[in-house]
Amino acid sequence: MAEDRAIIEARNLSVFYGQDCALDSMNMAIARNVICGIIGPAGAGKTSFLRTLNRLNDLNAECRIEGSVLLSGENIYRPGYDVIRLRRAVGMLFALPVALPMSIYDNVAYGPGLVGGICRTEMDELVENSLKAAFLWDEVKDRLAMSGLRLSGGQQQRLCLARTLAMRPEVVLLDEPCSGLDPISTARIEEALTLLKSRYTIVLVTNNTKQAARIADYTAFFLMGEMVEYGVTSEVFTMPRDKRTSDYVTGRFG
Amino acid sequence: MRIPPRHTQKVAVALLGGATLLTLVVLFFIIFYVLKRGLPVVTGEFLLSDQEDMGRAGGIFPALVGTFILPLLAIAIALPLGVGTTVYLAEYTRENRMTRIIRFGIDCLAGIPSIIFGLFGFVFFTIMLQMGWSLLSGGLTLAIMVLPTIIRTSEEAIKAVPVSYREVSFSLGASRWETVWKVVLPNALPGIVTGVVLSIGRAIGETAAVIFTAGQAMQIPTSLFDSTRTMSVHFYILAREGISMKNAFGTAAVLVLLVLFVNIVAYWLMNRFIAKRS
Repeated sequence: MAEDRAIIEARNLSVFYGQDCALDSMNMAIARNVICGIIGPAGAGKTSFLRTLNRLNDLNAECRIEGSVLLSGENIYRPGYDVIRLRRAVGMLFALPVALPMSIYDNVAYGPGLVGGICRTEMDELVENSLKAAFLWDEVKDRLAMSGLRLSGGQQQRLCLARTLAMRPEVVLLDEPCSGLDPISTARIEEALTLLKSRYTIVLVTNNTKQAARIADYTAFFLMGEMVEYGVTSEVFTMPRDKRTSDYVTGRFG
Repeated sequence: MRIPPRHTQKVAVALLGGATLLTLVVLFFIIFYVLKRGLPVVTGEFLLSDQEDMGRAGGIFPALVGTFILPLLAIAIALPLGVGTTVYLAEYTRENRMTRIIRFGIDCLAGIPSIIFGLFGFVFFTIMLQMGWSLLSGGLTLAIMVLPTIIRTSEEAIKAVPVSYREVSFSLGASRWETVWKVVLPNALPGIVTGVVLSIGRAIGETAAVIFTAGQAMQIPTSLFDSTRTMSVHFYILAREGISMKNAFGTAAVLVLLVLFVNIVAYWLMNRFIAKRS
């Protein structure tokens, strides 16, 4: 893939938790406006990788990062780099839907409200557009003041997506966003993601290999802290270069 | 010989049920006894008029006012200090030797008898800082006394806020303070309120520490440097000096009802708050 199109680039990136190495000196470039799927069994380092991209690993005292991650050419681990600006540009959706215990409206408005300088009508519009982009608007437009906790799991995850999109990020990280959802909710999220890639770069960690095959443009296969293979999704699935990849995608292990 | 489980089960239920029953009986007996002896004295006039003849006659209005102001003052001082300490310990520091020492200190503070706080308040606030017997001395002393309760309960409450809420907040570009203010504290509020209610109860019921620091002047305080008398102190003096058992029980009845009232209002507010968010 052309390096100059890359929005995210990991260089010799290693992640340690105490003595344990979760990710070992990996290199990876992710192009703009694509869906990049990351597959691999549990403990492969997928989530660790994802959390280095918005520096959420900073919250873990045990965690240590080596190497660098470039966002639009700038190393986000450079001393003095503004983490808050980074997290506004790189949004994240977690495995389990976490609606904050506040109204649907306030959930979506939470991030933009922190930035400030948005008047009420602009905010209303932003909330509406974000909920529409997450395919949730029609279901909640009449009850925006209701607590987000009262939505179903699938709706909550779309609420979380709307909340992330309301930040107008450049990159959206998704950490197994459908692992707790039924197939219909999953389909809705996938539909939203496919439409969203025209405006965002999406990095999707998934336990569901088929999901990567369905919607990812590029797919990376992680195994035990190593990035084994990375390429165009159809190639990774049909003619993998590494035997371990073919074993995994054909379901021989994992 | 092995006793069959259905028998041990019966014995366990009987013992545990008995313990619960006994607790309730003692509680209701105390309340019933105090109210039975005290309520007949409690009239509008008793509540709203000054005492006469050292409390043998007249009402308890100044003590009622003192009982409202002093605990409120103590909470107003202790709440920001206590919650601030908790937030610092729980959100801004990593668990280490220092935080363990601080926690140990807080626990020790909780175990100190209230008369010691009274003595300390008397020597430090009343004499050394020349605050005299005053609302301020009393409020500060009571504040120190209830700090451990507030810190311990709010710490439990803050720790119970799911980590995932914090992660979401951080991932949306919130700073640590914004996360504390907008996500952690609102979710910990019910627990913090519990601590406040417990503290108000303790402060209202306190006698020893109050006599030493706020004094016992039966007057309506007009400034922070005026001495005041709380109902607990009033009750203590009436009973201890043998002035009037009748009015002592009247005061006790008002005190019991007041504590009950504070609890009911606090839990009502809390439930409304929780219902609004979920």
